Amino acid sequence: MKRAFPIFGVVTAVLLSYGLYQALVVAPTEQTMGEVQRIFYYHVSSAWTAFLLFLINFVASIVYLVRRNTKADIIALVTAEVGVVFCTVVLVTGPIWARPVWGIWWTWDLRLTLTLVLWLIYVSYLMLRRFSTSGQTPLLAAALSVFGALDVPLVYFSIWYFRTQHPQPVVGGGGSIDPRMMHALLMNWAAFLCLAFMISWSRYRLERLRREVEEMQGLEALLEPRGVR
Amino acid sequence: MTYLYAAYAATWLIHITYLGILARRYARLKKEIESLQKKSV
Repeated sequence: MKRAFPIFGVVTAVLLSYGLYQALVVAPTEQTMGEVQRIFYYHVSSAWTAFLLFLINFVASIVYLVRRNTKADIIALVTAEVGVVFCTVVLVTGPIWARPVWGIWWTWDLRLTLTLVLWLIYVSYLMLRRFSTSGQTPLLAAALSVFGALDVPLVYFSIWYFRTQHPQPVVGGGGSIDPRMMHALLMNWAAFLCLAFMISWSRYRLERLRREVEEMQGLEALLEPRGVR
Repeated sequence: MTYLYAAYAATWLIHITYLGILARRYARLKKEIESLQKKSV
């Protein structure tokens, strides 16, 4: 994996550049909203990436709850953290898109509110992991993430079953989309998935290293007072 | 167009900030490893 990492980095950079070019230059301008609609390619790609990361977090948490597997615990932590980053992008780009189109930055619409709740759940998950000193923290965090994951389908399907301010789905929901727009969206999603994988992999290695250092420091502290070394 | 550029810039700013945080964490960890190595010598 160490050797593949730089190659994967180049592939990600190429995909991100290609995605940006597709989104800003190749994709046609939407008739009603105009140029500002191009935010869609980053907003939706980030949302899908965040959902996928939270789904992996859910699976890893279940594995941890069943098997107490350390790797699963680290995967759960990493995917929650990177998922929060992508969810933050969604919550920031959404209002920037809403302002010129709806005339408001924010409204307490079902989709928007549920997305904010999702973000808050995973931020609280990360705070629990960061500040709790209990030995039961991974277990409590895994249980919290199972409940947090319940919000993901609620966010996703909220615009399918409820009348909301947020637009109806154009992909998979009976709406139509220009093939060039679809291509730009999928390329940006692929690029964001690669980016998310690269960041998650680095974060995974960092977390494993951190735990090893913590273990060594613990051993050091045990040995020091007795002068054993 | 301003909103469009603002959204794209915000996206990259968020990612770069997070990567910066990761780099800082890594540097701190490296220092801890070095101090542990010094102690064990």
